[in-house]
Amino acid sequence: MSDSPRGNRGLAARLVLMAAGSFAFGFALVPLYDVFCEVTGVGNRAALSEAREATDLVPDAARTVTVEFTATVPAGGWLLEPEAPTLEVHPGQLYEARFRARSLSGRETTGQAVPSISPVRAAQYFVKTECFCFTPQKFAANEERELAVRFVVDKGLPTNIDRLTLSYAFYDVDRAGKS
Amino acid sequence: MAAAAHHDDHAHHGPPKGIVRWLTTTNHKDIGTLYLVFSLLMFFVGGGLAFMIRAELFQPGLQLLNPVVFNEMTTMHALIMIFGAVMPATVGLANWMIPMQIGAADMALPRMNLFSFWLLVAGSLLLLSTFLMPGGAPAGGWTMYPPLVLQTGESFPFAIFAIHLMGASSIMGAINVIVTIVNMRAPGMTLLKMPLFTWSWLITAYLLIAVMPVFAGAVTMLLTDRFFDTSFFTASGGGDPVLFQHLFWFFGHPEVYIMILPAFGIVSEVIPTFSRKPIFGYEAMVYAIASIAFLSFIVWAHHMFVVGMPLAGQMFFMLATMLIAVPTGVKIFNWTATMWRGSLTFEPPMLFALAFLFLFTIGGFSGLMLAIVPADFQYHDTYFVVAHFHYVLVPGSVFALMAAVYYWLPKWTGHMYDMRLAKAHFWLSAVFVNVLFFPQHFLGLAGMPRRIPDYAAQFADWNMVSSIGAFGFGLSQLLFVWVIVKCVRGGERATAGVWDWPHGLEWTVPSPAPYHTFEKAPEIH
Repeated sequence: MSDSPRGNRGLAARLVLMAAGSFAFGFALVPLYDVFCEVTGVGNRAALSEAREATDLVPDAARTVTVEFTATVPAGGWLLEPEAPTLEVHPGQLYEARFRARSLSGRETTGQAVPSISPVRAAQYFVKTECFCFTPQKFAANEERELAVRFVVDKGLPTNIDRLTLSYAFYDVDRAGKS
Repeated sequence: MAAAAHHDDHAHHGPPKGIVRWLTTTNHKDIGTLYLVFSLLMFFVGGGLAFMIRAELFQPGLQLLNPVVFNEMTTMHALIMIFGAVMPATVGLANWMIPMQIGAADMALPRMNLFSFWLLVAGSLLLLSTFLMPGGAPAGGWTMYPPLVLQTGESFPFAIFAIHLMGASSIMGAINVIVTIVNMRAPGMTLLKMPLFTWSWLITAYLLIAVMPVFAGAVTMLLTDRFFDTSFFTASGGGDPVLFQHLFWFFGHPEVYIMILPAFGIVSEVIPTFSRKPIFGYEAMVYAIASIAFLSFIVWAHHMFVVGMPLAGQMFFMLATMLIAVPTGVKIFNWTATMWRGSLTFEPPMLFALAFLFLFTIGGFSGLMLAIVPADFQYHDTYFVVAHFHYVLVPGSVFALMAAVYYWLPKWTGHMYDMRLAKAHFWLSAVFVNVLFFPQHFLGLAGMPRRIPDYAAQFADWNMVSSIGAFGFGLSQLLFVWVIVKCVRGGERATAGVWDWPHGLEWTVPSPAPYHTFEKAPEIH
């Protein structure tokens, strides 16, 4: 129980260090969150943003799943919409869906689509073999074109899910991070 | 309270006279007084904003405020009440009472103490100044979720910097408390002899050091997302807005215990005094505080069940949250058992402590309801949540703070206060606080969302009742100020013990407490 100023300073310094450690921990949580999501599969980010091999391409004709497509452009700059709002698919069969994209700005732009699947539990069973969302898309001024995604719904999809939604949010890469 | 200290100018080296004393003081009692007066001031500023919120909600339709200004009111009300009123009030009590409870001459780091108080003032003024900026004060809610908060006007960086200042201030306050308690206890004052108020603050201080910097980091990320092109929380750059919610509530849940643990400590001092019995299960009380503090780190995601998480996560956070009811139940039980067969009297501090016991428990129960995942989906972002957290914060923390003021005020000023007025203040507050918040349970269950300036006609009646309660509660607090002012200016002389059954070192020094106490360590038996 020393009340010497030196003892106080030493303990105070250690506590300041602890506070600095907490501050660093807050930032460390950012990569840790990614790791956590990857390990536990929360959000299925890896599954969503990378191409995956489709294995076992034998369609299960007895089962039909409805896939809904939607697209939003939160900050504007493009029109993006699916050619067909829904598609009836058999698990295990390869399909292609097309989206129509039109740049609305009179200049060259680059967009990036960020996909998500709902319900979240279905994400790991939605296998994209090719997708315009894997790479940034360059557009000339006012260019209009089609964007394609090829996918298989894995046969492991839980049987109580008969409808899932593939949604894209489309962002301007050059303005990313700006609100 | 300010004038009180004039009585002890005869101390062998008294404070400088006039305003200079208050600007330069490093005395723990003076700084405690500054903190308490400042927090009372902020309590009225935050209360004024609440007054405007309830005035707008008095009837459906938009009458007084436009929606953006309304949102500024709710956001700033929360920030000011949390960071400007409740937290500084507990720090003020810590400054005044901890050295006196453990037999220390002062806080361990008096100059840092001075610095942290003035940082708080600077931070609060900066926060208030955002009302005058183009685009107005922050209006995205005190939780500051992106991307909404990134739309704040010019005031955005100022609000963040204000939070940095107030956070730094409370971290310094916490460091001071820990160093004081660890290093400055009088010989013989072992850890398990410490009064429970000191114990509760020791644990609170560790919570502050652990989570306040995480919050500082999270708001710094908001700042860089907006101004320096980072993408911590912006989806277009590969970030995730949900990450902010995790960071925020990793801080936010311990934060609510930072506001309630010192209240637990206060109630644990008051109830034994007016039951004339030592606290029942002292060690269990200490371990209960420690377990609540530990659990507070692993329950944060119950604030965000609706963002979507795996079933296992929902189950974990639901059950961990419910687990908190166990140590909290131990505390409620022990307070009740302390009163069992005690010789009870009902002075104002005891009245506030009893109201705390009863009304905080109501808030605890609605918290349990919110912990149930499927029920939470229904209650999320409704007035039920508003009712819940106001029950634990107002008749919880704030009533405990008032109990503390009425408990120690004679020790601070040397005068007894007007018991009749204080009891009137209690009954007015206790009735109106329920008129104010109880109907909000009904509104929430009926589906009224929180943070809206207008509502469907079906909610009109209970909103009017709630607003009447708010006006009554707010005006009753003027009586509180009057009791304090009257007590500072004079009154019946208080004895050293003040109460019938004083227990603890602070009651061994004269009232008012001399400017310097325990320069020679007391003997502890």
